Amino acid sequence: MELDPLLISRIQFAFVVSFHIIFPAFTIGLASFIAVLEGLWFKTGNPVYLRLSKMWIKVFAVSFGMGVVSGIVMSFQFGTNWSELSYASANFLGPILSYEVVTAFFLEATFLGVLLFGRSKVPQGMHLFAAIMVAVGTFISSFWILSANSWMQTPAGIELINGRVEVVSWLEAIFNPSFPYRFAHMVLAAFLTTGFFVIAVSAWYLLINKSREYAKIMFSMTLWLVVVMAPLQVLVGDMHGLDTLEHQPVKVAAMEGNWETGTRVPLLLFAIPDQAAESNRFEVGIPGLASFILKHDLDGEVPGLKDWAPEDRPHVATVFWSFRVMVGIGMLMVLVAGLSLVLRWRGTLYENRAFLRLCTFMMPLPFIAVLAGWITTEMGRQPWVLYGLMRTEDAITPSLTGGVALTSLIVFIVVYAVIFVAGGYYISRILVGGPEKEDTPLDELPEHRRRPSRPMSAADSPL
Amino acid sequence: MDGQLFDLTLIWAAIIAFGVFMYVLMDGFDLGVGILFPFAPNEEARDIMMNTVAPVWDGNETWLVLGGAGLLGAFPLVYSVVLPAVYLPILIMLAGLIFRGVAFEFRFKAKDSKWLWDISFTVGSMVATFAQGLVLGSFIQGFEVEGTRFVGTPFDWATPFALMTGFGLMAGYALIGGSWVILKTEGEVRDWAYRVAPVLLGLVLLFIAVVSLWTPLMREAIAERWFSTPNLFYFLPVPVVTGLITLLMIKALRDRADYLPFLCSLGLFALCYSGLAISLWPNVIQPDISLWDAAASPGSQLFLLLGVLFIIPFILVYTSWTYWVFRGKVTRDSVGYH
Ligand code: HDD
Ligand code: HEM
Ligand code: HEM
Repeated sequence: MELDPLLISRIQFAFVVSFHIIFPAFTIGLASFIAVLEGLWFKTGNPVYLRLSKMWIKVFAVSFGMGVVSGIVMSFQFGTNWSELSYASANFLGPILSYEVVTAFFLEATFLGVLLFGRSKVPQGMHLFAAIMVAVGTFISSFWILSANSWMQTPAGIELINGRVEVVSWLEAIFNPSFPYRFAHMVLAAFLTTGFFVIAVSAWYLLINKSREYAKIMFSMTLWLVVVMAPLQVLVGDMHGLDTLEHQPVKVAAMEGNWETGTRVPLLLFAIPDQAAESNRFEVGIPGLASFILKHDLDGEVPGLKDWAPEDRPHVATVFWSFRVMVGIGMLMVLVAGLSLVLRWRGTLYENRAFLRLCTFMMPLPFIAVLAGWITTEMGRQPWVLYGLMRTEDAITPSLTGGVALTSLIVFIVVYAVIFVAGGYYISRILVGGPEKEDTPLDELPEHRRRPSRPMSAADSPL
Repeated sequence: MDGQLFDLTLIWAAIIAFGVFMYVLMDGFDLGVGILFPFAPNEEARDIMMNTVAPVWDGNETWLVLGGAGLLGAFPLVYSVVLPAVYLPILIMLAGLIFRGVAFEFRFKAKDSKWLWDISFTVGSMVATFAQGLVLGSFIQGFEVEGTRFVGTPFDWATPFALMTGFGLMAGYALIGGSWVILKTEGEVRDWAYRVAPVLLGLVLLFIAVVSLWTPLMREAIAERWFSTPNLFYFLPVPVVTGLITLLMIKALRDRADYLPFLCSLGLFALCYSGLAISLWPNVIQPDISLWDAAASPGSQLFLLLGVLFIIPFILVYTSWTYWVFRGKVTRDSVGYH
């Protein structure tokens, strides 16, 4: 059998980047949550916040570590598997990714050391500052990487000279048409992911009657967060879709599973798109709703896939279904947020066992939504890697052989499986331990807060 | 060069060289600690050694990411030719870096399975270092290029020379790692480090000698660069200073000096590095693609330069600050985790 390096590289890229995004989706929100807990501990001196922060910092450390190592893989993949793409787009992507390193990665990595190990070595205010810097770093990092990705989706501010990108306007290229929506949508997705993770953990503590005092605080805090963010995400997602309709209409046609351009297009709830027959099987839909959502008018015209040549269409079934999974989970989040308001009003938020059970069940869903969203975005832009400029099949490293590509794919699958299982196990053990296990050494109690020298730091005499 | 006020390409060559050098020094010592790990006298010594690098390894590794991204930004041809050419060594390096990176966090959490992450840390460090040495070796040997593409085979890098530089780099990182342990610890661990450091120094000198003889033999242009007059006299300081630093380091180890051995091993690395630059200049892809052929467009170089010149000083300041926060000896009692 002839191994196709292109297909294997695509699978490898999809696998490696999907593995990576699990961790940023979780750590971006968690970094901010930790900064807030540290801020509350600083302000109130209430050790409950300290113990909570200590527990989540441990969880953070494990997931951040996996985010870092899988991210490093990503930055080498561009060169190893997609050398034609790197060379063609380097004049834009190179500076952008470098800015990400100097403005974000150094900040995160350096202050992480102080956040994890420095509690007894720096004044409390400095420790809080380090927590804030790590959180700020994750946002700056998202800013640059999403600018890079959005630019690949909706290239702007450039000219193509001899097959290479030359930047004519940095502002237009960085703030390209899909960037503001993608950035807002992804940051909200990250907050929702962390929010529902914390919600699930606290709901579980409440169900088994463990660390109630701590669980109530986390539960209430994060439920307020999602009450704001879940509906906001639906709104931003809608705007994102409208922007996509303008710039990548064929992607929207695939998301809607719509083959013929027309008006009064139904919103399909279920269908099995058939790429070869150019139609859907078993369609179930709400008449006119797709037209209404996309054009805010029942008679609005929605583009159909047949407007594009077959080789210019993405794989419809994947885009169609991943989009539905994401939106479905988004709606479920709004529902949970709404229920929490009702129960709060009734005063049974911490006691309603059915709701608590629903909350624990939510834990994996945001991760699935994030992956489904990225699959919609990335599969929906195929066959282009630089939209309208370069096809994925032209982006691959010419010297890459199928055997070598397969070797690396297998290595990544095995290595990631091992560290994922181990990491998941350690995280679950920290959470099973609970916040009460986080003892508070004497030197960290409020009355000692800003003492310059502590009994425990005999070791930090100068060099 | 087209009569610009500044030659951006030259400035970028200096910045990338600086970034790679920072990487080699900083991740060098923590990879070196990993390489020395199995030889440590006992588990307590290993805990202490791990704690000396745990707060800083992530920042150190970030210089590698900067090297990669900066290369894409300033010299895209190098990025898109060299990475495909060393596909397998890069894969091995990444696998190694993954295992040693997660070991930091996992080892602290593990109870019964701690030994597993000891192995993961050590083997990961060794493999990553060896693979970096392979990349270095094949970088010196050069690549088969047509136009803007690598056209060789997946195993072009696998030569005796590259294997030798692989082991050489392991010895080198182990030496900086050993002298870092001297600097950061006391008691039994430190005594042990004083014992292994001279052995490592001997190994490193051996590899320096082999590389210095092998590279001129490999390519005539390199021999000519070094051994023709007047170059011979300009470059003479490199071997001479190497000799002097070696003597200083031997003395420092004998006197059981604290941070002098570390500074000396950094000095040795700096000299090897400049020796390499002299041999290869001005080509970034051997044998005949120069820095200027490989450069990004001037607009991109300038856009990135403005930011980088402004931001790198800040990075250096807060990096120094964390090293200062974690200054002093690490002992059994100063675990201080989380
Ligand atoms: C929405 C945000 C986001 C997205 C889309 C990506 N990343 Fe990421 N990345 C982060 C957000 C992030 C982060 C939050 O900054 C991380 C996650 C955990 C962490 O350690 O930092 C990180 C870590 C991280 C690192 C390690 C940084 C270090 O040494 O500290 C690298 C090299 C990359 N990423 C590279 C990439 C590449 C090449 C991507 C493109 C496919 C990518 N990331 C997608
Ligand atoms: C972290 C969030 C991201 C996720 C989860 C993601 C996901 C994916 C997936 C699933 C594919 C496979 C599509 C297919 O092969 O049909 C893909 C393709 C691709 N993506 Fe992304 N992506 C992300 C971010 C990025 C960014 C930021 C870049 C570049 C700066 C990028 C560059 C690419 C490239 C080069 C391909 C082409 C290879 C291919 O078709 O598989 N991606 N991505
Ligand atoms: C229910 C309302 C939602 C709508 C209408 C919506 C809409 C969209 C659209 C249209 C895209 C593709 C944009 C493009 O590729 O051009 C997208 C992508 C994405 N969605 Fe959603 N979404 C919703 C909910 C969610 C939720 C709840 C999450 C995760 C928690 C999420 C995470 C993502 C991610 C990570 C992407 C890929 C990155 C991006 O393009 O922004 N979405 N969404």
